[in-house]
Amino acid sequence: MIAVATSLQSAVVAALATVVDPELDQPITDLGFVRSIRIDPTGVTVHLRLPTSFCAPNFAYLMASDAVDALRRVPEVGKVTVLLDDHHDSDKINAGLAADAGYVGTFGSEAEQDLDELRRIFQRKAHTAAMERSVMALLRSTGTTVEQLPGLTLGQLPGGSHKEALLRRRTAIGLGIRPDDLVLVGDDGVPVPAEAIPMRLRFAKAVRISVEGNAHFCRGLLATRYDNEPGGLITDTRRTT
Amino acid sequence: MYEKNGEKYFIVDAHIALWDGRASNQKNIHGKQFIDCFYDYHKNLSPEEVVWDYDTYTYYGGQRLLKDLFEDGYVDHAIFQPAILSDFYVNGFGQTEDALALTRANPGKLTYNHAWDPRHAEAGLEQLRKDAARMNLQGVKLYTAEWYGDSRGWKLDDPWSRRYLEECLELGIKNIHVHKGPTIRPLDRDSFDVADIDKVATDYTELNFIVEHVGLPRLEDFCWIATQEPNVYGGLAVAMPFIHTRPGYFAQIIGELLYWIGEDRILFSSDYALWTPKWLVEAFVDFQIPAELTEYAPITVEQKKKILGLNAAALYGLDVPEELRLPAGTVSREEAVAS
Repeated sequence: MIAVATSLQSAVVAALATVVDPELDQPITDLGFVRSIRIDPTGVTVHLRLPTSFCAPNFAYLMASDAVDALRRVPEVGKVTVLLDDHHDSDKINAGLAADAGYVGTFGSEAEQDLDELRRIFQRKAHTAAMERSVMALLRSTGTTVEQLPGLTLGQLPGGSHKEALLRRRTAIGLGIRPDDLVLVGDDGVPVPAEAIPMRLRFAKAVRISVEGNAHFCRGLLATRYDNEPGGLITDTRRTT
Repeated sequence: MYEKNGEKYFIVDAHIALWDGRASNQKNIHGKQFIDCFYDYHKNLSPEEVVWDYDTYTYYGGQRLLKDLFEDGYVDHAIFQPAILSDFYVNGFGQTEDALALTRANPGKLTYNHAWDPRHAEAGLEQLRKDAARMNLQGVKLYTAEWYGDSRGWKLDDPWSRRYLEECLELGIKNIHVHKGPTIRPLDRDSFDVADIDKVATDYTELNFIVEHVGLPRLEDFCWIATQEPNVYGGLAVAMPFIHTRPGYFAQIIGELLYWIGEDRILFSSDYALWTPKWLVEAFVDFQIPAELTEYAPITVEQKKKILGLNAAALYGLDVPEELRLPAGTVSREEAVAS
């Protein structure tokens, strides 16, 4: 966790915590990708870092530009500067962020279209994995059986972190979150037919294992690359308390 | 050969390299970034006592390779899967001529696979014919994310790639190893996407497609495709060392692979010199799916024998000594289905 001392600091950290690595489905603040935060009288400067120089530049750009957007929504923040350190495309990405050039504007002829579809692919994977976690937790903790799953609604899921995560991911891909909405639906919201549910859950499990495994790998590589240097160091010259 | 508890295992390391990542061979900063990234993989996932120093890691040479694989590493046969990366390295990253010479000097122990790139069009096809004859190619290693001029990668089902695959059929090159790796430059699509393998595996059923790193970080997409295409295999390069750092995750990967694609289509490799085979072979033979993962059956000695060498031996037609084969009467799942 990043230690905060003022309300502005905590607002900045909270904003960064809304930025998610799309592939790992975890906040960049938890992953250690926020290297440092500097708040001064005119604005905020955030340095980001990634597990390797070769982390896909499209994802790198996506996280960095999401961080800019999130920070700009913080009241009284001032000028927002986000810099990606030690990446093979750092110069290009940092220049693009500074100029608000967007992905296509940043990478020019190397990019054909914007990153919306790429982002959606991983939002759908994140939903699949979250659905599996919720359903499996229900099966483990209650007497519910696989045969009872076809009519399972959100309202029947016990509250808690799994359910909250599922609701967030449903919202991200445009699915409903009413208590009477069905849990087992495809990414398009169409209910999974009863006979297809066991296989759907089995595949969803493979998705979850893949996503979780990638997160293990990336965390480990980041720690090795930066020799366990802790991230999230805040310096604040605007501090009034 | 590795022996433990009275069981003998024929070991095929299906993914090795002889590289030169030294500063003297680096064409630009990306050459340094690439070998540094490899070194971080090595340091992060190896047990402390087998971590190399950086200089040795950048260049180790053929004699060290022979020792690590065949003297210390229990390996009976190993297969070169080179990454050429000519945009990053003066003389390429994988050392073609040295590896070829080593292969010739150690008959029966090494297989050299080479690479092709469909963006070289007609000239590359001609080169492939020459390479196939000179190198006695049975397999190729393809790296779809490599830079080439303005191009940031290619797909197996691109029209020129299909012509190369057809040429492979003509030339008797049956084993197509595909690395699905990070793009070096941005592509809008997901560069790890394995969908192109689905298409060519359907269209070229006489070729075997070995997906290196079992499609990680898209394990589920790889499994899904492999269940539908009997000629798709999973190479364990990069997945193997999790057995030390993340044994629970490794158990899940193996459990998923055994569930989706079965014991006959999984190939062991150390990805030498990213990691060394000795500790991986020892750990894998000792490995068992933890009891708390009740959804997976325990992994059997027979399954380990297949994964560690017998599956790759079948793909490459290697001569396995009688005592290291499975007992007569043991049929694989697929043979059982076919008969």
